[in-house]
Amino acid sequence: MELSGGEILFASLKEEGVEFVFGYPGGAVLHIYDALFQQDDIKHILVRHEQAAAHAADGYARSTGKPGVCLATSGPGATNIVTGLATAYMDSIPMVAITGQVNQAMIGTDAFQECDIIGISRPCVKHNFLVTSLEDLAPTIKKAFHIATTGRPGPVLIDIPKNITAPDVRVPFEYPKEVSIRSYNPVTGGHLGQVRKAVDQLVKAKRPVIYFGGGVVLGEASAELTQLGKELGYPVTGTLMGLGAYPASDEQFVGMLGMHGTYEANMAMHECDVLLCVGARFDDRVTGELKTFCPHARVIHIDIDPASIAKNVAVDIPIVGDVRKVLQEMLACLAESNARADAGDMTAWWKQINVWRDVDSYAYDRNSGTIKPQRVIEVLYEATHGEAFVTSDVGQHQMFAAQFYKFNKPRRWVNSGGLGTMGFGLPAAMGVKMAHPDADVACVTGEGSIQMCIQELATCKQYNMPIKILNLNNGYLGMVRQWQEFNYDGRYSSSYVDALPDFVKLAEAYGHVGIQVKDPADLEGAIKEAFALKDRLVFLDILTDPEENVYPMIEAGKGHHEMRLNPKRSEFN
Amino acid sequence: MRHTISILIENESGALSRVAGLYSARGYNIESLTVAPTDDPSLSRMTVVTSGPDHVIEQITKQTNKLIEVVKVVDLTNTAHVTRELMLIKLRAIGAAREEVKRLTDIFRGKIVDVTETTYVVEITGECGKLDAFVSAVGQGQILEVVRSGASGMARGEKSLKV
Repeated sequence: MELSGGEILFASLKEEGVEFVFGYPGGAVLHIYDALFQQDDIKHILVRHEQAAAHAADGYARSTGKPGVCLATSGPGATNIVTGLATAYMDSIPMVAITGQVNQAMIGTDAFQECDIIGISRPCVKHNFLVTSLEDLAPTIKKAFHIATTGRPGPVLIDIPKNITAPDVRVPFEYPKEVSIRSYNPVTGGHLGQVRKAVDQLVKAKRPVIYFGGGVVLGEASAELTQLGKELGYPVTGTLMGLGAYPASDEQFVGMLGMHGTYEANMAMHECDVLLCVGARFDDRVTGELKTFCPHARVIHIDIDPASIAKNVAVDIPIVGDVRKVLQEMLACLAESNARADAGDMTAWWKQINVWRDVDSYAYDRNSGTIKPQRVIEVLYEATHGEAFVTSDVGQHQMFAAQFYKFNKPRRWVNSGGLGTMGFGLPAAMGVKMAHPDADVACVTGEGSIQMCIQELATCKQYNMPIKILNLNNGYLGMVRQWQEFNYDGRYSSSYVDALPDFVKLAEAYGHVGIQVKDPADLEGAIKEAFALKDRLVFLDILTDPEENVYPMIEAGKGHHEMRLNPKRSEFN
Repeated sequence: MRHTISILIENESGALSRVAGLYSARGYNIESLTVAPTDDPSLSRMTVVTSGPDHVIEQITKQTNKLIEVVKVVDLTNTAHVTRELMLIKLRAIGAAREEVKRLTDIFRGKIVDVTETTYVVEITGECGKLDAFVSAVGQGQILEVVRSGASGMARGEKSLKV
């Protein structure tokens, strides 16, 4: 069977099980879009800005575990996806980005819409390819999906010059069944000796903590982590990226750790004597000041990426491997031995943790006359029975969502943790909604973030994506304002978002339902109404307390044991 | 501390820029970097001379290994190894200096590869320190131009970096 480059692209995507391509046409991809038009296997979602195509592919990937695919033209189309690539790269999300390039003969001549996207994207992709012959196209796609989805996942970009996809140049097509790259052989199982050492260390602990991250979600190791946690009975804390990988409603879960994590999680980290880190990378938002990080702990670190180990924090027992396989090996080791932590030690440790828990560090004023953002998330949780997919943008609302929505399942919490990309939430929700058409999908955002990709309301209309947008509108870039209040004597430099649009009218202009909520008494009804409108996108513009801060907080240069608590805490009942 | 790192990498366009880009993006030093195809034309061999504390060097080798096109990475510093660098140095050679430069070149086992009435080009090979020593021995006043290749290295004995 002889196919053109454009046809080979879609035939290959079909072989990879791709359902959707999020993209935007342009000169260098016209042949590709012509091939797209003449096939029915892959559905194309036309976004309104290429950045959204990348975020939507990313949201699809985060919520399914399957690689997301986006498509953009050369030049500005390609540069517009760079933020999306960097976002996915920081959070290790499997994605394949396809960009058009000018004709091979024109490369290097400053041709119209030419840019060196291979050079530009290099530091923010796992790998990238420039296709230089039609024969290479299918094998390159095969390699790209293999690299994106194996080892530590990540985005891979394929740059295809226009002449490669010309309809009149055809070659025999056969999609490679296997792929072998001699320079790329990611580790899988952990070193058994190290696993035994780790288990031995764990059962000797007096004050242990299990700290997990996004690697558990990516590695589909949620069941194994939960089993290990229950088997040992140790306190478990998760990073922003890991939420849902261990059930938040389980009593052993002490909440998120890090800058805006719970007091009990951070104090437990500070006092622990053995720390088991599973698929996390000791990010600075998690560790706080490194000099005072876990001063008493022996550290065990499981990660598939050797470069993550001992990067920020010295590790006593490193285990390089797929988290799921390593956790299975640990469980097998535990099953063979009767050795367990001393019951008396564990009772004392839990007693201490419960003292920290009683501080109730997430407490907020429930009797306020204004809508508290925390309450919005609680109502969202109740209205969706904790089962929704929740995407977020970046800022205070993101932290409130992470703190107050108790994720019990992995892949339900979709946010840009590493890069912290404002504008991520709505397009990511589109990817989630396409993958899970029957599920509730909520986008928790703020009036700052939502305006960074607001144009996607049109895409949502075109493809009927009934997402529920909860715009926590406090009239400020809240997190910026909070830092300015704490560190810059309240000089609110450019953090007040003046001249906000009427979001209700804006939503209506795009053909959606807009509802504004001002009164705390109306909150529950409005959120329930939004979710009851099953087939409509509802934009809830919720006017929240302009000066609410995210507490508790580890400020810059402070350790886990130096959290700043809400100063008005004692007044809340 | 100074480290010499050997890298075996796919001989593909852009591979060098991936390594160089990694070093600049993560703020690692490059004192020198050499690269050329090996006996197997599909592979290139790089030698990077870098410096930094141990944990940085560990990250450098790990991050380099993570690049998809990198086949193997070895920090030669940890094993017995040889490094050699080639230098071409153009020197003013007039009057007494003509004889003196010739003598120094012999002492350093270099070769004079170009001669004019007023200049010599000296070719000299050795460890970086030997080249430095030659430069300071002839003195800045005599030097017209210097080009150095950067160090290439390999382990001594049976150890070899091959696929």
